[in-house]
Amino acid sequence: MSKAHVYKRDHVNTDEIIPARYLNTDDGAELATHCLEDLDTEFVKTVQPGDVIVAGDDFGCGSSREHAVWAIQGARVGAVIAHSFARIFYRNCIDNGFYPIELPGAVDKIHDGDEVEVDYKQGVIHNKTQNKNIPFKPLPDFALEIINDGGLLEHIKKC
Amino acid sequence: MPMTITEKIFARAAGKKTVEPGDLVNAKIDMIMCHDVTTPPAISMLKQHDIDRVFDREKIAVTPDHFQPAKDIKSAELHKRLDTWAREKGIRYYYPIGKAGVCHALLPEQGHIRPGEVIVGGDSHTCTYGAFAAFSTGIGSTDLAAAIATGQLWFRVPESMKFTLNGRLPVGVYSKDVVLEAIRRIGTDGALYKAIEYVGPALKDMSMEARMTITNMAIEAGGKNAIIGFDETTRRYLLGRLKGKQDYTVFESDPDAKYCFEDTIDCDKLEPLVAYPHLPSNGRPISECAGEAMDQCYIGSCTNGRIEDYRIAASVMKGKQVRIRTLIVPATPTVWRQANDEGLLNIFYDAGCVISAPTCGACLGGFMGVLAAGEKCVSTTNRNFVGRMGHPTSEVYLCNPATAAASAVEGKLADPRKHL
Ligand code: SF4
Repeated sequence: MSKAHVYKRDHVNTDEIIPARYLNTDDGAELATHCLEDLDTEFVKTVQPGDVIVAGDDFGCGSSREHAVWAIQGARVGAVIAHSFARIFYRNCIDNGFYPIELPGAVDKIHDGDEVEVDYKQGVIHNKTQNKNIPFKPLPDFALEIINDGGLLEHIKKC
Repeated sequence: MPMTITEKIFARAAGKKTVEPGDLVNAKIDMIMCHDVTTPPAISMLKQHDIDRVFDREKIAVTPDHFQPAKDIKSAELHKRLDTWAREKGIRYYYPIGKAGVCHALLPEQGHIRPGEVIVGGDSHTCTYGAFAAFSTGIGSTDLAAAIATGQLWFRVPESMKFTLNGRLPVGVYSKDVVLEAIRRIGTDGALYKAIEYVGPALKDMSMEARMTITNMAIEAGGKNAIIGFDETTRRYLLGRLKGKQDYTVFESDPDAKYCFEDTIDCDKLEPLVAYPHLPSNGRPISECAGEAMDQCYIGSCTNGRIEDYRIAASVMKGKQVRIRTLIVPATPTVWRQANDEGLLNIFYDAGCVISAPTCGACLGGFMGVLAAGEKCVSTTNRNFVGRMGHPTSEVYLCNPATAAASAVEGKLADPRKHL
């Protein structure tokens, strides 16, 4: 069951997602053990594969470290749903085949601990706890192509 | 169709006559910046994907900076991966330790930034190079890998915002205060996905170093890039400095180009600002915050670690003693050498500062001055996020080099104007 970890705030930055003191490695599994450490020390203890992170505006702002995406993927987070994303983080997600879900008002539509399921094809989040279907705006086609190819490098290999 | 500088650069790089905001373009990359944190993963990805090629070994500049000299075994391994790759591929502009410096100070100083070009780097502050009327932006490791292999990347042409800088900067107020003011006004996501163009008479008096402080912090407002037009100051800076290709194209924004936002900053009216934790947009005038006790002062980074910044800091510290631990971290070996030749390092030494080799060091909480729980650091860097320089409960206060130096001398946030 995918549980939502909701952070009711804007500007969750890359220093919080993966502090610079851990950037001396690029190993996803190792990075995952520090995922969101400076925001919520409980996160890595409670996160289960497939869980989703929900936050406000400007998620992933700050540095260009792709380690932030790798830490989240390494923690086997199923999705990040935010009101909006910082530009480089957004691009890094797509490059890694990880779908960033933009959803204005997300922190009000999904509560901490809610059970959710994301249907990427339909562009809908099923909030099972609240028994609601929440549509989100799909990514533009070129970004979907990159994601469907499994990331940018697989994509350019094809081109 | 009227276009901004940023749009004209994209049109050229994409081989089109015109582009407009929102267009997706495939742009040719003219220069790539690589450092020790984000490039080693890019190299590994290329190997994994069997696309182990380099599009042009003359168009890549490589320097270890974040954890150099290596702070621990793992960072030494990163450096080794970077070094092996750079040598194996015959990267023409590789700056190993001894020549290495903070990337965004090093590349312009060493003549790798040309007006009109598209420059990307595996670091969010790559936007710094916009001071040279170039388009430059930060990218992650996968984009970096793709750029290294193909020399191309897709971009969405950004809308442009415009700040007009009027008047002249008063004594004790510097370009850092201008950019902190701009971010204070629009917020840390006020320029999300956008280009920020700076124009106006106040720029005329600003050196390239001072301009780079402004463009450096575009990302602190969420911006894709910042850009400042070409003028005589740019031309003189580039003269005799450019490596490789000597010619470049100068683009200017058309008078009727479209901006999605316009604002004016009256530089005469600015005071030194201090951005309080934990956002760069929390700027407060020094008159309202002087007296706040500090534990450490840091003068360095790609924002304010250039020679001009040390001249300013030294003019404040000369003949005085610092009351808190103070780190002087020249951004490049050339800056270090020049500060030494000009006697600035002696001034810092006599004042009780510690002087480091060029590195990013504590700017990102790497090493060389990380903070303990609850400690406060007044810093000339660009980010004051939670845990940026050390323990998650430590705090970073961003300001110009004179304010940092004055605060070091007083041991608390201090108005530099009484020390100048
Ligand atoms: S000096 Fe600081 S902000 Fe600049 S590149 Fe280094 S870590 Fe990043």
